[in-house]
Amino acid sequence: MKTFMRTLMMLAAALSFVFLTACAALQPPPDQLYRDLGGQPGVEIIVDNLLDNIAQDDRIFSLFKDTNIDHFRQMLIEQFCHLSGGPCAYTGETMEKSHGGMHITEAQFNALVEDLYRAMERAGTPVAAQNRLVAVLAPMRPQIIYQ
Amino acid sequence: MRAKHRAKIRVGGVLAVFVGAVSAGDVSAAVASMEGNADQGRLLATGGGSQIEGTAGGGIVPLAVLAGYGAANQSGGTAFASRVQVKDYRLDVFGAAYSWNNRVEISVARQELSLDKLAGALGVADDTIAQNVFGVKARLFGDLIYGDLPQISAGLQYKVNEDFFIPQAAGARDDKDWDAYVAATKLFLGGAFGHNVWLNGVARATRANQGGLVGFGGDANDSHEIVFEGSIGVFLNRQWAAGVEYRQKPDNLSFAREQDWRDVFVAWFPNKQWSVIAAWVDLGDIATLENQQGWYVSLQGSY
Repeated sequence: MKTFMRTLMMLAAALSFVFLTACAALQPPPDQLYRDLGGQPGVEIIVDNLLDNIAQDDRIFSLFKDTNIDHFRQMLIEQFCHLSGGPCAYTGETMEKSHGGMHITEAQFNALVEDLYRAMERAGTPVAAQNRLVAVLAPMRPQIIYQ
Repeated sequence: MRAKHRAKIRVGGVLAVFVGAVSAGDVSAAVASMEGNADQGRLLATGGGSQIEGTAGGGIVPLAVLAGYGAANQSGGTAFASRVQVKDYRLDVFGAAYSWNNRVEISVARQELSLDKLAGALGVADDTIAQNVFGVKARLFGDLIYGDLPQISAGLQYKVNEDFFIPQAAGARDDKDWDAYVAATKLFLGGAFGHNVWLNGVARATRANQGGLVGFGGDANDSHEIVFEGSIGVFLNRQWAAGVEYRQKPDNLSFAREQDWRDVFVAWFPNKQWSVIAAWVDLGDIATLENQQGWYVSLQGSY
């Protein structure tokens, strides 16, 4: 009986080891999206492409006429890095504050999403990583539009 | 026959007035913008295709989205031509839809069913059945992409069958009737291995036989019944999507049993002006001719 119990416990331990290892293998690491975006250089290329697209986008260009582009660029890089699980802290203002008084419409928000998709396509970002980055940004929409 | 032609001219006129009324402002808007309606505020492909009854949808099933790419405080619309070619029938559809404020959509579609084989078998001269569908759809609440709720819309379709001879002979009771439906659609960003996926479900009250092309009501059932329709699809990238649709149907005529419709489709949205949907369709038995399978293709222009 004692041998049986010991065998059972060893079996349980072995099984839980296999299970946990399998889980760890299946669970993507927390910075998987950051890596798929190309790490820090990848995020910087995406943000630079995005700024190019915004500069050429008549739908939303006027929203950024008073924006300090260098600061905006830095904050976008920090935010994308942070939200994708990269080793960065976001040091900017809250979304409500940074978009306060801009009265961004649904259409303008979507224009920015389009510009971001195009930026990632031009950077060669995998489709899955493109969608995942948009998915982590999308919940901020209520703090951005109509502020 | 003369009455039939008058009816066709009348509907053609309605369509022309309809398209004329909505296009004046849009032409100037399109001219004003280098990218045409690229300044319309919804994301690529979120206007869907044009479903065979004229509303925004896939091929056979409506979606909760409204036609065109207009967001809040914008308007836009679509015009389309579609063809279904199955073993013994061909269906040609053309129509248009327009929506305001991403809130209300109106649509019109003309369907022409060519049935040479059935006409030959029945020994009748009439080898087409035409039907006009007038639709209205309203977005009630929710959003296709953002937030937790799916986008929920409700719609009404008024259908007028212009060639009731064969449907009547098959046992249909009426040549015109309405369908009412509620549609719920949600797109999940990165929902399937990082790809965007959408789920769509529709509940429809209808007494249409083969969508109304074989009239409305019958000996086996003559009242509206609730049927379910659904579609599911995945975006391979921003421009290409693939999916399946299923549409439950009533079975009102004991003389001409009917089955549910289904299809597998591929959709291409190269830009916000054009889209193409192609599908393999299985429509089951239609007016006693069995096993109607074939293809579907639809071209849509948005403005």
